Amino acid sequence: MLEADNHYNFAYLDEQTKRMIRRAILKAISIPGYQVPFASREMPMPYGWGTGGVQVTAACLVPKDIVKVIDQGADDTTNAVSIRQFFEKTAEVKTTEKTQEASLIQTRHRIPETSLSEGQILVYQVPIPEPLRFIEPRESETRKMHALKEYGLMHVKLYEDIAHHGHIATSYAYPVEVEGRYVMDPSPIPKFDNPKLSNCPALQLFGAGREQRIYALPPYCKVVSLDFEDHPFSQLRADQKCVLCGADESYLDEIIIDNAGSRAFICSDTDFCSSRQANGFAGAGLGEAVL
Amino acid sequence: MYVAVKGGEKAIANAHKWLAQERRGDPALKSISVNQIIQQMRLAVSRVMAEGSLYDPELAALAIKQASGDLIEAIFLIRAYRTTLNRFGKSLPIETEQMICKRRISATFKDIPGGQILGPTYDYTHRLLDFKLLAEDDEVETETETVDAPSVDMPHILELLNNEGLIQKEKTGCDNLGDITREPMELPADRALRLQVLARADEGFILGMGYSTQRGYGRNHAFVGELRNGIVVVEMEIAELGFAIEIGEIEVTECESINQFQGSKTEPAQFTRGYGLVLGQQERKCIAMSLVDRALRWRELGEEFTGAPAQDEEFVLYHCDNIQATGFVEHIKLPHYVDFQSELELLRKLRATAILNQEAAE
Repeated sequence: MLEADNHYNFAYLDEQTKRMIRRAILKAISIPGYQVPFASREMPMPYGWGTGGVQVTAACLVPKDIVKVIDQGADDTTNAVSIRQFFEKTAEVKTTEKTQEASLIQTRHRIPETSLSEGQILVYQVPIPEPLRFIEPRESETRKMHALKEYGLMHVKLYEDIAHHGHIATSYAYPVEVEGRYVMDPSPIPKFDNPKLSNCPALQLFGAGREQRIYALPPYCKVVSLDFEDHPFSQLRADQKCVLCGADESYLDEIIIDNAGSRAFICSDTDFCSSRQANGFAGAGLGEAVL
Repeated sequence: MYVAVKGGEKAIANAHKWLAQERRGDPALKSISVNQIIQQMRLAVSRVMAEGSLYDPELAALAIKQASGDLIEAIFLIRAYRTTLNRFGKSLPIETEQMICKRRISATFKDIPGGQILGPTYDYTHRLLDFKLLAEDDEVETETETVDAPSVDMPHILELLNNEGLIQKEKTGCDNLGDITREPMELPADRALRLQVLARADEGFILGMGYSTQRGYGRNHAFVGELRNGIVVVEMEIAELGFAIEIGEIEVTECESINQFQGSKTEPAQFTRGYGLVLGQQERKCIAMSLVDRALRWRELGEEFTGAPAQDEEFVLYHCDNIQATGFVEHIKLPHYVDFQSELELLRKLRATAILNQEAAE
């Protein structure tokens, strides 16, 4: 645990700012999937490095919270370490690497493998909150399209993918429809994680700092990945087992283990993987590379 | 041999230590003082204050020192600090007409009431390296021959044209001013908001945008009607007192450009205006800002949108902030294993299907 810095308010942000963010969060929860503009502040880490998530977390934190921070599923990646230290320093909250123990989990690019439970909050860091952005670059237009529920262009884009490639060529940040109304960007999680968005007992909050947007999925809200009847949505993962814990259902990271380019696969969720190992599961070992 | 990239905690701590050493440089040399930076790097201090949108030379100099002279990093430090400060209220509009000018020039009139004051400028220096500055002692003549501190009236030049009706009148008053640091930007933005954004926008971006208008992308034929730099007082109305008191002085640079005519069958032709105002002495940014401001006014002035980037409000306002830009551009060096992995799997799948189809065709 780092030494606390008492020059700043609890969890860094001043109370006025927290109130402004909480209002945006409440509005977001009331209109699932709708992007609520909020007056994002400069944070002491760069835009694009999780400032939206950090602000949402800061606005939600209370002293008894237990915080977990993951990036790419892992607790020990550099940016996750940096953000966890930030809250240790400014909020003096307890931190954990255990998914079940955490009351608030801030994540970049993954949903934990372990199912979440009621009362937990999952905060996503979002780079580009607008699912229509790469179809229509203008914010003034995309807001109109959402207001009118005009999502035809999105379906055309997905159709064109199928026409060109035979599949929908989006593997992460795969668009979803929330409660039959708003099309939403689930942040750049692999589409493998998409099914976990729906009917989730935890509250899911999404913060985009640079783009000044917050959106939310209340617990048990219905989230459907966009697809076509004849091209249904499918999950995608490497057809391998984790070499460390042997899991064959988790999302895997591919690592290159020698100069010949031999590859091995390990769980991207470090907590999931180490818990399995602690429970006696074992994989083939790092030596077992796939060539 | 492959070394795992995970395991960041120790690596971060060590990287910070190394950075601190690099920042300090050779310990045999004296550390540069914040006062030296304020005094001898004053244009860098200006830029950090302007784009950090916080008028405090000492903190700006500290940020420059801490950032090893990386100005965008310094601006970032200032922004992150300023956002934690309380907002007490708003000042009265500063009266730039009352500016105590260090420098004041007009490119449109040879002789102007109050006079042209060249002031401290690099404009007419020859850009020859001054090798004398390599020497440790850097003495300059302390006596400068100046006319008495100008206490004469220095009216805004564009107002003189206004008397004849030759130039478009600006709206006055500032009710319900927005604040881009406290509310999310929503588009279309009014001019006051646009100017707020431009005033703290990246100098390089605004320079490029302004330059593009001169090269035909949203051309608006600008003259520098007046460029002035100096000290203005800041006043604020204190509710308990019921009147305004002076709370400090700031240095600003102001540019008013005179641009091509507007007019119609019913309205006689008039010059139009662009405006730039920046904290500190920052003429390059200020002139460019007036060009971009003018280009963004196409709708209000009944011009055509030609598709030029400088006319495009969303394009300019969403991309001109260097703290937003640098964060997002540089974030791609963060781990993206997960998204990349899903792309790898997708690509393998697409290729497998295509190869199967190919084989079937053969």
